[in-house]
Amino acid sequence: MKLKSNIATSENGFIFNPATGDSFSGNGMAAKLLEAMKSGKTEDDIKQDILSRYEVSESQLNRDWDNWMLQLKEANLLEI
Amino acid sequence: MPNKYADLCIAVTGLNANDNPGPGMAVIRSLKEYFGDGLRIIGLSYESLEPGIYLRDQVNKTYQVPYPTEGTAALAERLAYINRQEKLHLIIPNFDSELFNFIKIAPQLQQMGIATYLPTYQQLALRDKVNLKNFGTKNGFYVPADHKLYTTDDIKKAAAEFNFPMVIKGKFYEAYVVYTMDQALKAFHQLYAAWGVPVIAQQYIKGNEINIAALGDGNGNNISLVAMRKLYITDKGKAWAGVTIKDDKLTQLADNFARVSNWKGGYEMEVMSNADGHLYILEINPRFPAWVYLTAAAGQNQPAALAKIAMGETVEPYADYQAGKLFVRYSWDHIADIADFQQISAFGEL
Repeated sequence: MKLKSNIATSENGFIFNPATGDSFSGNGMAAKLLEAMKSGKTEDDIKQDILSRYEVSESQLNRDWDNWMLQLKEANLLEI
Repeated sequence: MPNKYADLCIAVTGLNANDNPGPGMAVIRSLKEYFGDGLRIIGLSYESLEPGIYLRDQVNKTYQVPYPTEGTAALAERLAYINRQEKLHLIIPNFDSELFNFIKIAPQLQQMGIATYLPTYQQLALRDKVNLKNFGTKNGFYVPADHKLYTTDDIKKAAAEFNFPMVIKGKFYEAYVVYTMDQALKAFHQLYAAWGVPVIAQQYIKGNEINIAALGDGNGNNISLVAMRKLYITDKGKAWAGVTIKDDKLTQLADNFARVSNWKGGYEMEVMSNADGHLYILEINPRFPAWVYLTAAAGQNQPAALAKIAMGETVEPYADYQAGKLFVRYSWDHIADIADFQQISAFGEL
């Protein structure tokens, strides 16, 4: 799942879809994830990075990741 | 600014910068931004309390002009008088209801040395609210179904087909989303009294409201187009805040319209993007919108481009604009002297 290439994001987690005018506010973690996704890192790379930095189990991370993807999909921010 | 525009004088209507604003002040702001403060702006007003009359840093002088119902002879005579005082280079009309007269007298204006850049009668008619559905059907555009309302019985027929909510629209201006028959009847009588018949009942489309401001070259192309998503909408349905957006589907829609209509001049498409992603054309206004300064802010100064083309300059179509430019409208209590009001009311000039 890739973030749409035209989506604009900022360091503080603000997201703007220039095709629809929709905008969203994310927290610090969202900002980090968006930055990683925009830089072209794979899902595995991002998850590995999170596991090495934070105290979180792999199963919890996978559940959170699925939820994150669902939110991005509902917000129409992912490539179809 | 090129020297050839040093003594430029442009007349503009639509100075009613109120809660349902005419485009005049936004057009003036755009023109001044491009041509500089040396540009002389002549306001053409219909009523004595149009705010632009009193904004003397924006409008150098204002002349009242006759209402459209007074006909073309009265308008031509008044503009000839104004031209003798001001030596106008260009007039940009900004009201739907006055366009018919301005198109008719455009050749006379040209003889006086005044340029215009207007659509033809045929172009004006094809996007008229009364004809829009047929135009859409013929050319493959999504347009909500409509009913022409001449009597209250017609409202019942429309309600039977569309159910509630539906939209009741005036012939020229104003629209109400109605949820009951009582509201529909009230809106019908109100719009009948204000604008005459037919009043139009339109199928309600749920979705995101998007407007496109554009400038057609009269040969099937757009010189400029800028799309805006409404972010804050007043109870009159007007955008009080909006943001520029860019989507190939919107560009294609406006380009298709320019191609099939050969539209000449400024126009605004009011579009509803529904959940399926279909773009329904709700209206096509035959002039710039009140938010047209946003086009200049986003990199495509449409009023300036129109002025240059009207005066014979070649203008290359714009290629791009900035998405994410936001406008937020505000109200402001401007202070003037009662003597100014007396002057424009009694003498028709200020």
